[in-house]
Amino acid sequence: MAEKVIICKDLTKQFGDFYAVNQISFEVAKGEIFGFLGANGAGKTTAMRILCGLSYPTSGEAIVAGFDVYRQQEDIKRHIGYMSQKFSLYENLTVLENIEFFGGVYGVSRKEIKERSDLLVKDLGLEREAKKLVSDLPLGWKQKLAFSTAIFHRPKIVFLDEPTGGVDPLTRRQFWDMIYEAASSGITVFVTTHYMDEAEYCDRVSVMVDGRVEALDTPNKLKETYGADDMDGVFYRLAMGAKRTGD
Amino acid sequence: MEKIAVSLNHITKTYDKGKVLAVDDVSLQVKQGELFGLIGPDGAGKTSIFRILTTLLLANGGTANVAGYDLVKDFREIRNRVGYMPGKFSLYQDLTIQENLDFFANVFGTSMAQNYELIQDIYDQIKPFKDRRAGKLSGGMKQKLALCCALIHKPEVLLLDEPTTGVDVVSRKEFWDMLKRLKQQGITILVSTPYMDEAKLCERIALMQQGRLMSVNTPDNIVKDFPAKLYAVKSKNVYALLIDLRQLAEVQSCYAFGEFLHVTLKSDKVDGEDWLRHVAERKGHEQVLVKLIEPSIEDSFIRLMNEEE
Repeated sequence: MAEKVIICKDLTKQFGDFYAVNQISFEVAKGEIFGFLGANGAGKTTAMRILCGLSYPTSGEAIVAGFDVYRQQEDIKRHIGYMSQKFSLYENLTVLENIEFFGGVYGVSRKEIKERSDLLVKDLGLEREAKKLVSDLPLGWKQKLAFSTAIFHRPKIVFLDEPTGGVDPLTRRQFWDMIYEAASSGITVFVTTHYMDEAEYCDRVSVMVDGRVEALDTPNKLKETYGADDMDGVFYRLAMGAKRTGD
Repeated sequence: MEKIAVSLNHITKTYDKGKVLAVDDVSLQVKQGELFGLIGPDGAGKTSIFRILTTLLLANGGTANVAGYDLVKDFREIRNRVGYMPGKFSLYQDLTIQENLDFFANVFGTSMAQNYELIQDIYDQIKPFKDRRAGKLSGGMKQKLALCCALIHKPEVLLLDEPTTGVDVVSRKEFWDMLKRLKQQGITILVSTPYMDEAKLCERIALMQQGRLMSVNTPDNIVKDFPAKLYAVKSKNVYALLIDLRQLAEVQSCYAFGEFLHVTLKSDKVDGEDWLRHVAERKGHEQVLVKLIEPSIEDSFIRLMNEEE
């Protein structure tokens, strides 16, 4: 049995009488690419904030990278990586400074940062841009760099919140090549997206509707279960029944 | 002869004292009553074009007409004749739905009642919340309110900048249904989107990348122009297959597309399907499936991007 890096049981977050997250249960295995889908307002962001150690649940249990979401938030933060489309890099630092900063924050030694940042810059093909400000990079490069800094400290899990929004189809695919590479090196990838074709690239996909995990399986099984040709069809069928709308 | 609602002639826009070329010599024409899509990623120049057409930004070069008026000389006329929905929600967050609608109607010297039939279909969906502040609305409702406000003065041309970005599949579908109904009322619609699958919902589209138009045509014709046979391939381990196929000298392009890989070959083979199946199986892949398929807009976009590079 593969090692479990996320274990969620009846996890619930209540705001007053509103159940943003309502008794969700699932497990994610080491090295898995886990798609976390849901309509706007379904509760994805709230659930993700709890799993990242940024918010306390109201009830239920969750263990992330071996740490408890109630008592060990700081340990969780040290062992995960996080990247979103909205916040990822400091625009007024250079490429190298950003790597150094994030490496330092996550406790990577100076020596190691030096060695590995040179390697990383080379891998990304950013040698000429290494000393340029991040604000001068095209969006696609920023996203690739942001992902690389999010996994620079070799976390057990990386959380990606709509990482590919707004980029061109070619860059989007290069980004997924990087995700596959990270997963094959043993990093668990927890990803949300609005692109349904990207849901197909995940090992397993969960779909949240109105605070609950309404479906969870491999993309193929989901298509079979819901009699849909693609994930778009699966999602549409599930989300159509949603009562809540929101951001 | 068909009337032209929006026309751009060699429009160029630079930022940062000419250092950034946002719109690069763009010429295109949108016919009256047409549903026209600008398709491209962030940084393609879509928003700059919208801001130029709404007379909020001056182009550095070129000329343009909207609803028959010159962009520079007659900017006041244009402002009364276009409806604009910016990419970022820009209504008054601390006014209610009703107050926002009344405000915009007033600014344009009209009332909600005057053009009610135009917005009724959309307004009905948010009417139950008309006393709620705009800032407290969900993404889908904000989008509907913004569309109502853009329509309140019965514009001739509707300019919608990425109305469906970040919105889930269900709301996106609803939004496009609304656009189709507006089109039936004779309004010209210029809409931008980064979602390639929405392109086929437009009558004509422009594929944009880095300030330039790569192609302008109907979605069908863009797909027809795809110059090679396109194969969809999959096997038990798709990622390993991707790496293997990319190493073959005969393979021109190979990229992930949903559960399949899309593959083109350097020279089209009569028996391309068999050939691909054999090479995949020779590399030890199991459950190999190959089929010849019709390209999508996204395939065309990737192809054009590669050709430009």
